[in-house]
Amino acid sequence: MTDPTSTATAPAPEAPPDRGTQRRTSEVAVPLGVMAAVVVALVLVYAVGQRATDLVTQSIVTGLLLGGVYALVSVGLTLIFGVLGIVNFAQGAMLTMAMFLVYEMTTSGGLPVYVATLLAVPIMFLFGVVVQAALLNKLTLAGSHEGPLLVTLGLSLLIINVLLMIFGGRPLRVPGSVDGSVEVFGAVASYERLIAFGGALLVAVALLLLLRRTSFGMSIRAVSANAEGASLVGVDVRRIYALTFGIGAACVAVAGGLMAPFLSLTPTVGEQFTILAFVIVVLGGLGSVTGALLGGLVIGLVQTVGALYFPGTGSLILVFAVFVLVLFFRPQGILGAPQ
Amino acid sequence: MTLLQVDQLTKSFSGLRAVSDVDVTVTDGEFLGIIGPNGAGKTTLFSLLAGQLPPTSGRVVFDGQDITGWPADKVAGAGLVRTFQLMRPFESMSVLENVAVAAHHRHRSRRAARRHALEVIERVRLAEYVHAPSGSLPTAGLKRLELARALALEPRLLLLDEVLAGLVPAERAPIIELLREIHADGVTVMFVEHIMAAVMALSERLLVMAEGQELALGDPQEVIRDPRVVEAYLGEDYA
Repeated sequence: MTDPTSTATAPAPEAPPDRGTQRRTSEVAVPLGVMAAVVVALVLVYAVGQRATDLVTQSIVTGLLLGGVYALVSVGLTLIFGVLGIVNFAQGAMLTMAMFLVYEMTTSGGLPVYVATLLAVPIMFLFGVVVQAALLNKLTLAGSHEGPLLVTLGLSLLIINVLLMIFGGRPLRVPGSVDGSVEVFGAVASYERLIAFGGALLVAVALLLLLRRTSFGMSIRAVSANAEGASLVGVDVRRIYALTFGIGAACVAVAGGLMAPFLSLTPTVGEQFTILAFVIVVLGGLGSVTGALLGGLVIGLVQTVGALYFPGTGSLILVFAVFVLVLFFRPQGILGAPQ
Repeated sequence: MTLLQVDQLTKSFSGLRAVSDVDVTVTDGEFLGIIGPNGAGKTTLFSLLAGQLPPTSGRVVFDGQDITGWPADKVAGAGLVRTFQLMRPFESMSVLENVAVAAHHRHRSRRAARRHALEVIERVRLAEYVHAPSGSLPTAGLKRLELARALALEPRLLLLDEVLAGLVPAERAPIIELLREIHADGVTVMFVEHIMAAVMALSERLLVMAEGQELALGDPQEVIRDPRVVEAYLGEDYA
């Protein structure tokens, strides 16, 4: 299990060179390399890609904006994995649940969509806390891996079918929020997508700061590194587990609310995000929050720029191609520690 | 004054009694050495006391409170803290952060916890490594970090599980000196150790365990001359 924030403290000058320092070097070098590779790939698309420049720019802008929200969904997933060791199959279903919460509050409650999102966050947080405390803590503490996996899979089916029962399978739309768009380098970016991107990054950065700069975050990281050791220095591991799952759920609440204005809602809308989030989390390095951020942006780009060549769902093929290549060449992901 | 009272403590693993009907009373301020051959149940006893394992039967009373079956974090919070033979720092975190996690239990504010952690780090003489990633410390440093994390909780009773194991003799002396200081500061210590010189130098009383049971308990000099102890543990060379 790796540290969810990949610590950034500098080693003491007296400390001899060691594997800690080496890891630190790769922590900077590998992400920079990935970014360089992405830039080179985009330049190539412009230069020899045989696609109109405007079209490419539009794809890049759309991809980055989308990638930001992917990143937030993935941050929740990677945090839950990093701290609890749980592969949360319900992440996509919780995202859908958050979207429908927002839908209900905007249509029946008449609230603006972003206000509804703010209200959905504590609700989903509580939901996550209760799920972990009531259903998962016992299994997690017993060290079971397949137990929590099955519970979250069951939970996702439950959520989807309850939503189906209440709302039916018809696509629904959240009433319009902020109309209009701006031009970025000749590409169109709607306000809704810009807000989604900005909001997602803001929350992700806030989460990173929480993990690195607060005592609560330090306890989370301690539990992530060694739960037994943490309990022996007085950390209530059950409480940290429940709150961490709550935070993971709160992340999808934000992501769900931010995406609701430009997606048509069906009870299965979140499923594609589960898959994408898994790809992103593996790409970024299991348990690494910064890795998930970077991975989200990369996958967003791969999907939209790839769609220039593989229209429709074909771009998912590219996403999975990237996934397979990563598994092959760097199975620990961009920011994962080598095993 | 009695700080820890252990009554008929037993732990069975599928029929095998790793700890069997152990009765120990530890007085406030004492330094109790514990020795015994491998598999005698010393580490299991510590795990039971620290709340990591639930006992099969028996009772643990610490500082007047029945703490039997309490979870580990609550036991640590009450002031009964253990260390590990194999050091397990929070590897991805710095030395300071490792200790600060523990210090948070006593100090609510982040700043106070860090200040306290720095004091403890100073005390175990790890100051030069304060910002180093804990995973990069040499063995002796990890031992000191393990002690620092325990001390940051301001324990009343410290369970030390082979803090000297894996150290070369030159590295042992300063740690033994440190243990002396900690004890002199009023911390009660239970000390599992194989290095006899250290056990004899530090212990005020000595408990010998074998096959999960108490074999002998009393004055260290007398206990190691006890024929049963000589036979069961120390071997003929010592006799």
